[in-house]
Order: sequence, then C-alpha cells, then structure tokens
Amino acid sequence: MLKNSRRLLRGIGLVCALALGATACGGSDDGDSSRKAVSASDIQAALKKGGTITVWAWEPTLKQVAADFEKEHPGVKVDLVNAGTNDEQYKALQNAISAKKGVPDVAQVEYYAMGQFALTKQLTDLKAFGADKLASKYSPGPWNGVKAGGEGVYGLPMDSGPMALFYNKKVFDKYKIEVPTTWDEYVDAARALHKADPKAYITNDNGDAGFTTSMLWQAGSRPYKVDGTKVSIDFSDQGAKTFTGTWQKLLDEKLVAPVTSWSDEWYKGLTDGTIATLATGAWMPANLASGAKGASGDWRVAPLPQWTAGDNAGSENGGSALALPELGGNEALAYAFVEYANAGKGVQTRVDNGAFPATTAQLNSEEFQNAEFPYFGGQQANKIFAESAANVADDWSYLPYQAYANSIFNDTVGKAYVSDTTLADGLKSWQDASVKYGTEQGFTVEK
Amino acid sequence: MTTLLTPAAAEPRPAPPPARRDRRSWTGWGFIAPFVAVFALVFLAPIAYSIYLSLFRDQLIGGTTFVGLDNYQEALKDDRFWAALGRVALFLCVQVPVMLGIALLVALALDSGRLYGRSFFRVSIFLPYAVPAVVATLMWGFMYGTRFGLVGDINDTLGISLPNPLSPDLVLASIGNIVTWEFVGYNMLIFYSALRVIPHSLYEAAEIDGAGQIRVITAIKLPAIRGALVIATIFSIIGSFQLFNEPAILQDLAPNAITTDYTPNLYTYSLSFSGQQHNYSATVAIVMGLITMVIAYVVQLRGMRKGA
Repeated sequence: MLKNSRRLLRGIGLVCALALGATACGGSDDGDSSRKAVSASDIQAALKKGGTITVWAWEPTLKQVAADFEKEHPGVKVDLVNAGTNDEQYKALQNAISAKKGVPDVAQVEYYAMGQFALTKQLTDLKAFGADKLASKYSPGPWNGVKAGGEGVYGLPMDSGPMALFYNKKVFDKYKIEVPTTWDEYVDAARALHKADPKAYITNDNGDAGFTTSMLWQAGSRPYKVDGTKVSIDFSDQGAKTFTGTWQKLLDEKLVAPVTSWSDEWYKGLTDGTIATLATGAWMPANLASGAKGASGDWRVAPLPQWTAGDNAGSENGGSALALPELGGNEALAYAFVEYANAGKGVQTRVDNGAFPATTAQLNSEEFQNAEFPYFGGQQANKIFAESAANVADDWSYLPYQAYANSIFNDTVGKAYVSDTTLADGLKSWQDASVKYGTEQGFTVEK
Repeated sequence: MTTLLTPAAAEPRPAPPPARRDRRSWTGWGFIAPFVAVFALVFLAPIAYSIYLSLFRDQLIGGTTFVGLDNYQEALKDDRFWAALGRVALFLCVQVPVMLGIALLVALALDSGRLYGRSFFRVSIFLPYAVPAVVATLMWGFMYGTRFGLVGDINDTLGISLPNPLSPDLVLASIGNIVTWEFVGYNMLIFYSALRVIPHSLYEAAEIDGAGQIRVITAIKLPAIRGALVIATIFSIIGSFQLFNEPAILQDLAPNAITTDYTPNLYTYSLSFSGQQHNYSATVAIVMGLITMVIAYVVQLRGMRKGA
C-alpha cells in the first residue's frame, strides 16, 4: 500500500541493489508434491511442543495477533518481521527461496502475486491441513484469490479490498453535482466539476495496473485465463471495450489529475478537494484518516458506479493472504498461526484494529456493519463495503506472473496517459509484452 | 608445454639451484598473495560469475538450463536494449559537451585571476557535487513539478504555461540538466588543478611576445590540460552509459515518461528484480560493459594521439 515509501527506499538502495543483482542467482526448484495430510492432533502436538516461527508480513494488525497467540500457547514464539511492502517483500522472498536459506515459515502474499509463487510450487498447498474445508468462511473474491486459478489452497485470506467510491461530499455539494451511480454519470460529473473549478479533478489516474485490472474485473472483462501452465491473454473482449470506451473520454478531455497515487501531491489533492473521488478498496479509510487528516468529515462512501444502470457488479482491489512457503520449516506450527490469525480469534483482533476482513462472519456481524466512521461524518461505511464484497464476481484470475506484468504497465499502457496512444492500443501492447515474457518463461501462451 | 614438462618430470630429483629458485618464487607469491586474493575476490570473481550466469537461462516453467551464447544473440537483437543505448548515446552527445564546456569556462575564469571572490565562487560551483545524487534528483524532481513545484509556481505567478519538464519529450533534457548541475563542479576541479600546474614562466614569455588572453588560452592553457580533458571526457562517457540514479528516482514522478528500460542500467535492474531474469540481465550488463570499454578506449586513443 505504501507505494511511495517503497519506491523511495528502492531509489536509495539502487546502487547496492545493482551490485547484488550479480550475486542473486536463480536456483532450481524441484518441489516435492507428495504430501501427507496433517491432522488437527498433529497441530495440537506441535503447539504443545512449542518452538519459533518466522512470519514475514507488513500488515500492522498482526502485531497484536502474534502477541495474543504467544500468550495462548506458551512456548511458541512468533518472530514477526517486516521484510518490506509487497514488491520489496516478494523480491526478498524470491531471493531467499533461490538461496534456499532464510525462508520464512509464513509470508504475507497479495492475491495478485499468489499465482507466481503457487505455480512454481514455492507455497505449500494447505489442503493437506484441511484448509479447503474453510471455504465457506470467506467471501468469494478473496477465496478465489488464494486458489490462484488452480485446485490448491495456497494461503488463508487475511484481508480484502471490495471496491467502493470514496467521494468528497463538500466538493460535490459546493458545485451541486450528483454523486454518480454509473460510470457515464461519473464522466458527466467529471466534466461539470472541472468546468466549475479548473483546478479540481474527479480523480487521479497516472496509469495504475492494479486499478485498471480491478476496473476491467468490474466491467466483466476476463483478460487472463489460466490453466496450469497454459495461459491466454486478451484485452479485446466486450468488457475491456466498455472500460476503455468510458475511461478514454476522461483521458482525452484531461478530466483526471495526472498524479501518482501515494505521492505527496496525491495526499494534498485528497485534502484540499482537488481530487474529488477515489474508486478503490475498502482498506482505504485508515489511509484517508492518516494521510488526509485535514479533510476529516468531508468524505463519504458510495457504492461503486456501475457500467449498466441498476446493476450491482463489484470488484476487488488489493488484499492479501498468509501463506506457507514450501521451504519454510515448522509447518504444523506455522499453519496453526495462520489459522488463528485468519480464521480464528485473530480475525476479530485485526478488525478491532482497523483491518478489513475477508471472513463473512465478521463482514455480516452487526457490530461491524453498524460501526460509525468519524472520518466519514459518522457514516456506517462498512455496510457499503460488505455489500460490495458480496457482489464480487469470483471467476477473475490474475496471470501467474502478474507481479512482472504490473511492473511493465506504465511502459505500455502508460503511453495512453502522455501521448496520442489510446488506452485500447496501450492494453494491446501490454498484452504483447506479457505474452512475450510468458513465452520466454516457458508458459504456453495463447493470444 | 608438454615437451617442456616431460624431461622435468622424468628427472628423479631436482638439482639444488632449481629448488632454491622454486623457494624464491614462492616467497614472491607470498608477498603478493594478499593483493591477489583481494583482487581475485572483488574484481575477477564477480566478472567471472556474471559471465557464468550469462550462459544459462532460468525459467519459471522448466528451471535452469545451459543455453550457451543464446542470451548474447538475444541481446544483440533486443530492441529495448538498443533503444536504451540510443537514448544514453544521445545524452552523451549533448550533455557531455555542454557540461565539460561550462566546467572549462568556469575553470579558465577562476584561473585567470581576475575574478572577485574567487574561493567563494569555486566552492559554490563545487558544492552540488557534494550533494548525494539521490537527494539532488529528489530536489530537482520537486522543482520540476507543474502542480506544486517551482515550474507550477512560475506558471501561476506569471500566468504562463511552461512545458512540463517531466513529459516524455523533455524528460531526457531534464535529466541532463540535473547531471550537469551535479558534475560541473567536479569537472571544473579537474581542469582547474591541471591549469594550476602550468609553469608561470610560459605566461611571462607569452606576455613578452605580446600574446593576448585568448591566445594564451588556445596556445598554452588548452594544450597543457589536454590530458585532464581526455580523462574528464572518459569519466563522463562512462557516467552517461551508466545513467541510473537520476532516471530511477524521477520514475516515481513520471512513470509514463521514464520506462523500465529507459537506460541500459535501468533495464538490467528491472530484468533482474521485476522479471527474475538474472541470466539475461547479466548478459545485457556484460554487453553494455564491452561497448563502454570500446568507446572509452577509442576516445583515449584519439585524445592521446596528438598529445604525444
């Protein structure tokens, strides 16, 4: 989530990173697919025996969970390490796996990156622990995420990001603009707002792979089809056309602010009302409250605008799971912690500390739904988020190398933001580049 | 070799003199061993390891295989690599002459002795070099901002609309500006120190001959600092080809203008860390290293030829 600080760090560590590049080599991985079932009594025995597990995660609410877990099981020590946020951590994890050394017992992995690790058999299939029986506990989007387009269960969902429209009510009221319920209305609102105040924009968009794929997801596009090592990529379906048709208007008329999310400029815009809406995941409130303090009370939450009036299609943006790297040790204990944190008592602890859950029990609980957000002027925003979570179509899949594909998004689709290239053309070149990489990496890729 | 070895091996016992020579040669090795060990470890081993890496290919599906020179073949046909190289070559042809020209002018001005507040001037020109490249780039990045940065403020105050320095068309020039700002002082110092060692008797002789300042510069100063000029040029060539910090940091501000393959070094970085293509990345790095070496060598040959 904290993309800017991650990038800043990267910026500073550049030179040493380059030097490291020469020494970080790819090792071969021959995963052991035959796995014995681990029963509940095995896990109990492991808990009694005790030991230390290393957990790599950047999710802040896990700190309390780890402390509670240690208290409940004396003799067990949870070593919680923040090895970087998303990309940084994946690089570290990948390097540890390549080196077959220092691999954590538990790692936080986002849904979009799950495939990359699952496919190369770097994550343990938790079916051996009976995790498949937990399916009904989770909302469909996140559960689909941990299956990573296959039959295995490669992690337990930790949080989720059903999308909603965050909007600055003060700005909308000031210019008497209706809150849009469809994306066509959204474009109209963008025009009206920018006309009323040339410094104000409906939203910011500087080319963001996560956002674009989430929008495609909602529009009904299914660009990625994954079947083991067979992959197909196609950004020319009807859903993609729906999205590019509308979004192109915003780009052509310069109605979106060319500001990168998580930058200082972005927070300024969110605070002073020059960025009037954000279509993003339900994990956003805590970030707004801390990053745009000055706008407390101005913002509200509305359901995500629809592509067809009266529809209720949802989509996910972000969200992560806890997984067990294949090369990590102490599996039974590691699984016990993951289950505690993401299916057991830990879930409530995390929700109490501001996390957005992936479990239906918490999503549907009255306490959760009725929670009032002071930042949103006392609005019960969770009601909107929970409804959005229930409306997410669960047949979306990411590429087994989505992390790489996302890294070249701005090289390709980014052109549409700074030149005459259209979004559709940009997506086409993203498709071509992704196909090329997939083929090089040994996938069977169909266009 | 074998013919030489056979008689030696056949000899049952070496005569005393060769034995003494043997011991002596080992003593020599003992003296240079610390150097050889460090040299091999920090210079030769990484190069050898990179070459070793470049002969393999590691795939997500299929693991690591030996591919011989396939990676090199691919690199020679890689449009992204050549486009990146073209970009730094353009940068080299424009930015380096500008930077060295300014540095030379400043050095000559300082050396002329006619400057008021010379040491202050010298320090302030050199100061940017003392600012870390990361900090300098971040600072310039903020100034380039058209919304909240200096450019934006100028636009607001004067009611004009300056072109965005971070747009795809201008960003290379903007990077050139940062690099020039950073390194003028450094190059100035090289030139200035070379100018300071020119014997004063030459100037006196020139004065007696009635030579003007321009004549002194072209006939005495420039030929005398030729070596320094060549060295500075070679450093700048290497620096241009290794351009990395400035574009990598500005990438956050202009992700659509600075692609992940903007410069050859940025390309190897993203190959290695986003794409897990360590092998191909090593190949690109080696090819780039060779190209840099060849160009730097050619410049050195040309530069030194007339001077000799």
